[in-house]
Amino acid sequence: MKVFQKTKMLTDAHLHYCPGCTHGIVHRLVAESIEELGLQEKSIGIAPVGCAVFAYDYFNCDMQEAAHGRAPAVATGIKRCLPDRLVFVYQGDGDLASIGMAETVHAAARGEKITIIFINNSIYGMTGGQMAPTTLIGQKATTCQNGRDPAVNGYPIRVCELLATLDAPYYIERVSTHDVKHVLAAKKAIKKALQFQAEGRGYTFVEVLVSCPTNWHMRPVDALRFMGEECTKTFPLGVFRDKSEGKQ
Amino acid sequence: MSKILLHGTEAICEGAIRNGCRAFFGYPITPQNEVPEYMSVKMPQIGGVFVQAESEVAAINMVYGAAGAGIRAMTSSSSPGVSLKQEGISYIACARIPCVIVNIMRAGPGLGGIQPAQGDYFQATKGGGHGDYHLIVLAPSSVQEACDYTYRAFDLADRYRVPAMILADGMIGQLMEPVELPPMRDLKEIPEKDWATSGHYGAARRVLNSLIIQPDELEPHVNEMQRTYEEIYRNERRAVEYCTEDAEIVLTAYGTVARIVKSAVNELRKQGVKAGCVRPITLYPFPDDTYAACAARPNTKAFLSVELSLGQMVEDVKLAVNGKKPVYFYGRTGGNVPEESEIVAAAKKALAQAEAEK
Amino acid sequence: MAGITVDEKICKGCGLCANACPKKVISISEHRMNQNGYFIAEAVNPQNCIGCAFCAIMCPDCAIVVER
Repeated sequence: MKVFQKTKMLTDAHLHYCPGCTHGIVHRLVAESIEELGLQEKSIGIAPVGCAVFAYDYFNCDMQEAAHGRAPAVATGIKRCLPDRLVFVYQGDGDLASIGMAETVHAAARGEKITIIFINNSIYGMTGGQMAPTTLIGQKATTCQNGRDPAVNGYPIRVCELLATLDAPYYIERVSTHDVKHVLAAKKAIKKALQFQAEGRGYTFVEVLVSCPTNWHMRPVDALRFMGEECTKTFPLGVFRDKSEGKQ
Repeated sequence: MSKILLHGTEAICEGAIRNGCRAFFGYPITPQNEVPEYMSVKMPQIGGVFVQAESEVAAINMVYGAAGAGIRAMTSSSSPGVSLKQEGISYIACARIPCVIVNIMRAGPGLGGIQPAQGDYFQATKGGGHGDYHLIVLAPSSVQEACDYTYRAFDLADRYRVPAMILADGMIGQLMEPVELPPMRDLKEIPEKDWATSGHYGAARRVLNSLIIQPDELEPHVNEMQRTYEEIYRNERRAVEYCTEDAEIVLTAYGTVARIVKSAVNELRKQGVKAGCVRPITLYPFPDDTYAACAARPNTKAFLSVELSLGQMVEDVKLAVNGKKPVYFYGRTGGNVPEESEIVAAAKKALAQAEAEK
Repeated sequence: MAGITVDEKICKGCGLCANACPKKVISISEHRMNQNGYFIAEAVNPQNCIGCAFCAIMCPDCAIVVER
């Protein structure tokens, strides 16, 4: 008996991500969750600009490719017109927390009934390793080659904490992909968020810490360790809002 | 049918609503605020969607989403706001999503002023954002036309899968005139969109995208877009002629300026000058056939383009006339509107210059 | 009898599966390469597999099928 095989909610296309990049894991978690909830046929996904720009090739449902940072606005347009569909947005940190911060904050403030999957790998991956709004203090990037210096580059943005200052969001959680236990927890959070949306509860947001072995200049296994040991210090895991459990 | 008194902005909204527009996304900017205000009241009444976006950038991307999901969607703004929308418009054009964008032009560049202008002609007709693309651009000169052209813009956009723009100036926005409203269209009449990403319910999955990374795939895609523009050019050029049959000087203007030009033509005729005018309705596709026909007439000695800019449409007039007759220009800018007398004087000067240069 | 099948065409040899396996079933080959030039993951101690699917859970490319 097969106890693990690829979900039908992912297409047969081979993922283009670098070896060991855990983007692929998150794709699988989102796809499996949608399939398990039986929402495949009413799902519309929004792909970002960044490493996940080809996400429209991978998710086996209707997809729109948005301009850089604009995915929450695109999702707003769809969800408001088709409120019974499942609308999910997949964005990286440059897309969501830098160029698209206005769209991010306002979709959350309006309480759009969408699900945002936020991939935080603390770097601009697709363009070759530039500093991101989430780059850790001291972390090297091609545009801060001696490491991020707060005096020059400021501090990383904690998006979950920032969105949790708003009244409207229904569910906000930060999870990680650095080991089996955390991947399973990430799956639970993503599925919960999608379920909340399907129930029409409100805005749901899951930040997922992901590794970037290529631009962190680490072996994939070392990148997982760095994520678990370092990234989680700046970006602590946990539930920041869950109105279903009265967590405001 | 009876007429009712409406503002230009309200007429635009009614034209949209009556042809199935059920989603509006906007952001405040003078002088078009009455459009989002009107839509915020009307949309909920007819089961439509209104969202005041956080920016013009977000508003056009909400249109991308809604129109991509198959809903007739619209946004409106004024010049600086339309500049902000250009990114989204370019994506919409490449992904071939039909929608309607309203630009109630104000004076630029920069933050400019809030008085009427026509300085966005180049932006509207030549693409505006990055890449090879065009919009269908319609220019109303009355409140009735503001309603009718907006109505028509939705059909044109859907038919060709090309975004359409209503290019009006602040005067149209603020004018009040009697309007005969078209009947409310039954949404079931609007042809189904077999490309819409609407949650496919068992159909083959659909993707709307403007990323075509292989040169050998992007080139045929833009060539296909170009073929559509050529088809639009063949089918949709529209212009109105007035007294051009025997005219020695053919004036031309669009939007509200065309109304002043028309009265200038009457005044010139009264003074014994054989004047006429051409008013383009479609700015893209540009009705070059009308100008070429005028240029071919032996009685036509010169053209004069009158604009609320420093000379933008005049370039298309020159291309259409193709050197057969001299083309002159008279324009005001900064939010100033020419008086009839200024246009009369400019027309006489142009005619004299054409005679002298002969 | 538990076991894994690696889709060798898709595998990128990142080693996250081998790292996650509690029974040291999987290893990245030092000799066998796929068409993309990646050394591929292979079950070197298949008899030890308990079908826990940790490897598949960590595989970013959905390249592993687990049976039990």
